[in-house]
Amino acid sequence: MFIKQLSVFIENKEGRLERVTYVLKERNINIASFSLADTAEYGMLRMIVSDPDEGIRALKEEGFSAKLTDVIAVKIPQRPGTLNKVLKILHDAGLSVEYMYTLATAGKDTSIIMKASDLTKAVEVLTREGYELCKAKEAYELNNNGSK
Amino acid sequence: MIWNESKECMSRDELHNLQSARLKKTVNHVYHNVEFYRKKMQQMGLEPGDINGIEDLHKLPFTTKDDLRDNYPFGLFAVPQSQVVRIHASSGTTGKATVVGYTRRDIEIWQECVTRVLAMAGIGPNDKIQVAYGYGLFTGGLGLHYGAENLGATVVPMSTGNTQRLITMMEDFEVTAIACTPSYLLHIIEVLEEAGKIDRVKLKAAICGAEPWTENMRKEIESKLGLNAYDIYGLSEILGPGVAADCDVHNGLHVYEDHFLPEIVNPDTLEPCKEGETGELVITTLTKEALPLLRYRTKDLTSISYDPCPCGRTMARISKFKGRSDDMLIIRGVNVFPSQVEAALLEMGETSPHYIMIVDRVNNLDVLEVQVEVEERFFSDEIKELEKLNKKISSVLQSALGLSVKVTLVEPKTIARSEGKAKRVIDKRKLI
Repeated sequence: MFIKQLSVFIENKEGRLERVTYVLKERNINIASFSLADTAEYGMLRMIVSDPDEGIRALKEEGFSAKLTDVIAVKIPQRPGTLNKVLKILHDAGLSVEYMYTLATAGKDTSIIMKASDLTKAVEVLTREGYELCKAKEAYELNNNGSK
Repeated sequence: MIWNESKECMSRDELHNLQSARLKKTVNHVYHNVEFYRKKMQQMGLEPGDINGIEDLHKLPFTTKDDLRDNYPFGLFAVPQSQVVRIHASSGTTGKATVVGYTRRDIEIWQECVTRVLAMAGIGPNDKIQVAYGYGLFTGGLGLHYGAENLGATVVPMSTGNTQRLITMMEDFEVTAIACTPSYLLHIIEVLEEAGKIDRVKLKAAICGAEPWTENMRKEIESKLGLNAYDIYGLSEILGPGVAADCDVHNGLHVYEDHFLPEIVNPDTLEPCKEGETGELVITTLTKEALPLLRYRTKDLTSISYDPCPCGRTMARISKFKGRSDDMLIIRGVNVFPSQVEAALLEMGETSPHYIMIVDRVNNLDVLEVQVEVEERFFSDEIKELEKLNKKISSVLQSALGLSVKVTLVEPKTIARSEGKAKRVIDKRKLI
């Protein structure tokens, strides 16, 4: 049920972001989705990739501080108010969202990546409310048309 | 003016005799009252009677900052605690501070020395002086304070930290002299310029020290404020500010040789340097009661001249400092050793000991940045956790160094490793 997200610590220095994507490209790893959070001195690149285990191995070999973190991806219809509804469910359950970003917008649903304060509980309340969660394998393979 | 002409202008022969008599007394004092020195001298087969004058100085053992640390806090004190009236402390090379003590007589001599400096700078009872060194354990604030009061000047004990209040009082009180670090004075000048108050300032003298500065900085300070700026030198182990200072001639700092016996030695061989040759300044205290030190290695690099000075003083002059023979940094007047940063990081246990210190001067104020690698085990993918880590490191370093520190987290293995001694410091301040 959980998806392994690959996070990398990146200094705000020229060429570091390019280096991360280069390392993944060399291993033929696809980036399905990502979000980049930035502060004055460093950035945090969070990614859903086609092969997270291979991804982290490659980045660590290159000397990056990288980490696999469990996240969930919840599918929500593309209509006004649907995101609010999901967040209200989590809020009512006493859960907070550490961060979130869009996984995919293909088709009629959007998948939202979320890191909630208690993932197991988040899964439980969302499933109870009838939401479908994206499976790990499905997430890794999203937006990937293979190498050319 | 010359505050104490009978001492500051005494003939070299008379001075020689005075120094010899005081050295013999000091050696006797430490031999009988400080176990550390008694043992050291016994190991060397040396008795107080073997020292008959300053020509025997070379026979005596050296003292280092590490000796003070090893005898922390009061092991080198030569008088009972009941006679100690004041304690000061400065940075040690690692966690422990360097602690110094003074008897009432030591304080009197200290204030006499500072008074000589202020008088040499043309300050007198009709002047109002802002002392803008830190007050407290640091010797700067109280050292200048006592000297200025002894002179009869009106002291405004500003301490540091509130520049707006300082410039308001400077104008309102018609302050005529200031004592602070040269970089802080440059900062004050900027603030005065921004406030459009620089022309209203009535300062005629500035006593600057506690950090190295250049002739160009002096010129800038003097031309912008229309005053004379003087260099004051000292270190808490020996006294605090007032060990030496420069006169109107600005060609070296007169050492108060009736109280402090200077030598210049090669820092590697410890052999004496020739007059004019650059080496490490070594000082033997001649009148200190609470903490007399034999041949204390200051680690400050300079040269000495015994040529007569046009100002009339006969006291030897040391040149402007040319650096240090160790890795100590002086940041905003605070002594900082890279080893202190390392010890604090290791003690915290949450970072690798891989760090680099970057010292820069922004708007004439020194800033210290410490870059620390984010090791795998401390890495979190939540920004708030990293910021928490950052804040924690900042506060640990701040309390260890007594200085605010900007911490930057960097990627692992990006700080250069080198064989042997790692390069831990990048000093970007241009002091030339």
